[in-house]
Amino acid sequence: MRYTFLLYSDPAMAANMTEEDWAKSKEIYGQYIGALQEAGVFVDTDWLHPADTATTITLAGGEKQVQDGPFAETKETLGGFFAIDVENLDEALKWAEKCPHVHYGKLEIRASAMGSV
Amino acid sequence: MSRTDAQARAEDVARAAYGKLIAMLASRSGDIIAAEDALADSFVAALKTWPERGIPDKPEAWLLTVAKNRRTDQARKDARLVITDEANDMADTQAIEPEEAQLDERLKLMFVCAHPAIDETIRTPLMLQTVLGLEAEQIAKAFLIKPATMAQRLVRAKKKIKSAGIPFVVPEPEAYPERMSAVLEAVYGAYAVDWLEGDGDLSHEAFFLSNILAELDPENPEALGLTALIGLIESRRDARIHNGVLVPVPEQDVDLWDRPLIDRSASILTQASLKGRPGRFQLEAAIQSVHAARSVTGKTDWRALSQLYHGLMQAHPSIGGAVSRAAVVSEDAGPAEGLKMLDLIAFDGLDSYQPFHAVRAHCLSELGRVAEAAEAYNTALMLCTDEPSQRWLEKKTADLRKKMS
Repeated sequence: MRYTFLLYSDPAMAANMTEEDWAKSKEIYGQYIGALQEAGVFVDTDWLHPADTATTITLAGGEKQVQDGPFAETKETLGGFFAIDVENLDEALKWAEKCPHVHYGKLEIRASAMGSV
Repeated sequence: MSRTDAQARAEDVARAAYGKLIAMLASRSGDIIAAEDALADSFVAALKTWPERGIPDKPEAWLLTVAKNRRTDQARKDARLVITDEANDMADTQAIEPEEAQLDERLKLMFVCAHPAIDETIRTPLMLQTVLGLEAEQIAKAFLIKPATMAQRLVRAKKKIKSAGIPFVVPEPEAYPERMSAVLEAVYGAYAVDWLEGDGDLSHEAFFLSNILAELDPENPEALGLTALIGLIESRRDARIHNGVLVPVPEQDVDLWDRPLIDRSASILTQASLKGRPGRFQLEAAIQSVHAARSVTGKTDWRALSQLYHGLMQAHPSIGGAVSRAAVVSEDAGPAEGLKMLDLIAFDGLDSYQPFHAVRAHCLSELGRVAEAAEAYNTALMLCTDEPSQRWLEKKTADLRKKMS
């Protein structure tokens, strides 16, 4: 089953990071991606610009509405994701626990609904 | 055979085998709701077929076969009729899986219900329903939640299990430390639900499961502690109610206690304590073993009980532990001290907690404050929900009246 890890954290934390911190962060995420690939479970990942740069669009009200900013203002925002392919939630949890993100933010695990509905 | 006989028999099988059958049906698909639907259908089929053809040799295997067919055979229009005809032949040729396999399936289901990804507060109810076959309504009553709310929360948990892909496996021993305590809590919860109001089936099952868990994880002193605890309480089953009136442990007739079960439980508790990692269940078992020692020494060691309750309140604070501790202190150090302890308790829901008022009434009565005691017994009586306790409180009130006159 495919699982997506949604990585949430307080963007204020990133604001205090030095050049050196970023380089180190890149390295540990690189290692994590390497481990996922080696295990044959890696599907996709991305690292997103902060939520305050978001643009939100909807036609749900009948007409197009474009909004500058995220759809909801929250303290912790979505900063990136991983998609992996593993047997079950226990496997997903094992990989999630190894994700560097869990040391400073929250990681939400969601199973893919494609094929099940 | 009459329809009522078939119904009674189907209900017996349902009670005894519900968890096993659900576990066997759900473990492959991970879909508990579909398993429940399929099993419900096969019970309907049993009620239709058994009165005509007689009860099959292996009723559990019959129900399982029909349920499996019902689930896989959705294409057939008149499925139920066709399947019931087939099932008799199939169940005869297809033996049900051996006992160990069934047990394994049930363990898997327990670990699913106690999975860390399932909300802590719904784990015990979920286990009560899926592993032990209780109705949502009974569970709601035990947990003081509206039946509709309970049913909704149970459905949500089952949907989550399926959609999140929680695996039906007995986890690797490495995962026991993280997973076992929730399973132990849920089993104890199941035992406690049945203790006063149930007919004993559920507590036997919970005791059985606690034994299995202790065998599965013998290095876990809390798993040993739980089975010792349940064993010690079980040993007093025949003594706890006399003529419909609850008998408090210190007043029970020790000749009615199950001596071999006490010895067995005490030796398991010793094994647990040798591991040097005390915990909630070991402490509670130790408390029960102090009570059990009265059958040898002839008296209750209130000082030891007071110390153990102190330890329990550090390890696992609870309203029940706090009130029991005050009761023990009143025996050990006198009713004035007991009353002081009661005044210090700060738990939500204390005012509507029946044992609090009963213990308070006892302390007040011992101190000769009979009018206040009578009032406290009255409050306890109003809050009491089971008959044996109700009669006991009535008896205490009557005793108090004699004292007053």
